[in-house]
Amino acid sequence: MRKSAIAVSGLRKAYGEQVVLDGIDLDVTEGTVFSLLGPNGAGKTTAVKIMSTLTTADAGTVRVAGHDLADEPGAVRAAIGVTGQFSAVDNLLTGAENLIMMGDLYRVGDSRGHAARLLDQFGLADAADKFVMTYSGGMRRRLDLAMTLTGRPQVIFLDEPTTGLDPRSRHMMWQLVRDLVADGVTIFLTTQYLDEADELADRVAVLDHGRVVADGTPAELKRRIPGGHILLRFHDILALDEAARVLGAAGRDDEALTLQIPGDGDVKALRAVLDRLEHIEVAGLTVHTPDLDDVFFALTGGTAR
Amino acid sequence: MSHAITDARTMLRRQYKHDLRYPAGTVSALLMPLAFLLLFGYVFGGQMGMGLPSGTGNYIDYIVPGVLFMCISGGASQAALGAAMDMTEGIIARFRTMPISRGAVLTAHAVANVLRGLAAIVVILGVALLMGFSPSAGIAGWFAFLGVIVLYALMISWLGVAFGLSAKNVEGANAKTLPLLFLPFISSAFVSVDSTAAGVRWFIEYQPFTAMIDTIRGLLLGTPIGASLIVSVLWAVVFTLIGYAWAMKLYNRDR
Repeated sequence: MRKSAIAVSGLRKAYGEQVVLDGIDLDVTEGTVFSLLGPNGAGKTTAVKIMSTLTTADAGTVRVAGHDLADEPGAVRAAIGVTGQFSAVDNLLTGAENLIMMGDLYRVGDSRGHAARLLDQFGLADAADKFVMTYSGGMRRRLDLAMTLTGRPQVIFLDEPTTGLDPRSRHMMWQLVRDLVADGVTIFLTTQYLDEADELADRVAVLDHGRVVADGTPAELKRRIPGGHILLRFHDILALDEAARVLGAAGRDDEALTLQIPGDGDVKALRAVLDRLEHIEVAGLTVHTPDLDDVFFALTGGTAR
Repeated sequence: MSHAITDARTMLRRQYKHDLRYPAGTVSALLMPLAFLLLFGYVFGGQMGMGLPSGTGNYIDYIVPGVLFMCISGGASQAALGAAMDMTEGIIARFRTMPISRGAVLTAHAVANVLRGLAAIVVILGVALLMGFSPSAGIAGWFAFLGVIVLYALMISWLGVAFGLSAKNVEGANAKTLPLLFLPFISSAFVSVDSTAAGVRWFIEYQPFTAMIDTIRGLLLGTPIGASLIVSVLWAVVFTLIGYAWAMKLYNRDR
């Protein structure tokens, strides 16, 4: 069995009366992507700040890369990299100068060569000598991540890394995450995009009001909640009546002329439904499988989309 | 320890690049002392010089030490702006998650600010000499002058960094340093203490900037220093330590 890269137990944090983290436990296996999901204000960013040594916890223990956060913050800092929602880059320097500065601070030796390789890898070689102030949002985010990678961290915290990015930059970021994990790096990702977690995460935890309300692989979480169904649409009320008689009227909607039948959407079930309809004419059919959105809304008490 | 020095040097290089690219801040910090030197030297000087006790020399000699001091006291806003910008832009959060010497970035802000102050002093001294400033200090006097100036500048710079870190935004940082910019005017910089009203005189006599300006004046012009040197050095050491401790506390606080 592989080791834990991050082990959190009983973590609590309150700002005055406001309890932000109410005793959370997390375990992240080395070399995997772990995603912390939750609505805004659920405590995701606070959790990242504590694990990355920016904020102290009120109670609980955190071990990152085998080091206790409270006893050895320096060792934790040497093992981690953090890229937050707001780019932590130096606007008054060029992209190359930012990376060279990071190389000097991390003592990589050949800071210039190292910077040049990262600029290349992140598609920033053309903009290397331009001021960061002139960079687009996607470029800044890439530079930010490149700066984080300068220290060759074993554990990377990405706090909403794709918020506000265009789809292309977003997919580029996803590819980078996959490459990093392939190299054995552990990623702790917070996001409000559920497709992002679905796409990248090996395990997901859902945080709501400072508590972990669910924890598992995306597939496990999806199985836990109902929501898979087949939606049939008809041309007129007569056809709907007939179909409802054959299949049951539970999911019937007279306004929309639709009938909703529970089912996880595999082909066999679909064929069975269509066989039973025989000659009844169907105007349209959609198969809906539960996704993380359904899990999220079911668990965090949000209303349907 | 050697790591702390390497880190501070890396950060100082960063400051140097900032100043090189955006010299506007440095230049504007130089403009105020220059404006006062010209204003008091050529416009108000004739009138105000008459208020000086006899035997104090000419007015240009009297005001240059105060104007030189303004070169460093004005630096407070520069230090505060730089620190506040780093804080609000998130780069300090990044540095804090890195295995580097704590506060190297702040040390660089302070040291860079001292260097900017010294550069301004060189320029102002040049202009003052052209205007007829005639210091009587020997080599030892100039070295002593350099020593106290660096010390006073460290005090101003660390206080400025702390003000900047404590501000919620960049505009707030600027406002917080206003008292430091204003204090030289209620000191012995431009007027002799004896010429002021009783209540103000008490404040002027005991506020730290007066002791510092009197020390500079004594070292450059040979006027009596008395206890000013000891007093001003003590003030400077105490306020440097307060500024440093405060800045480090703000740097390390939760956010």
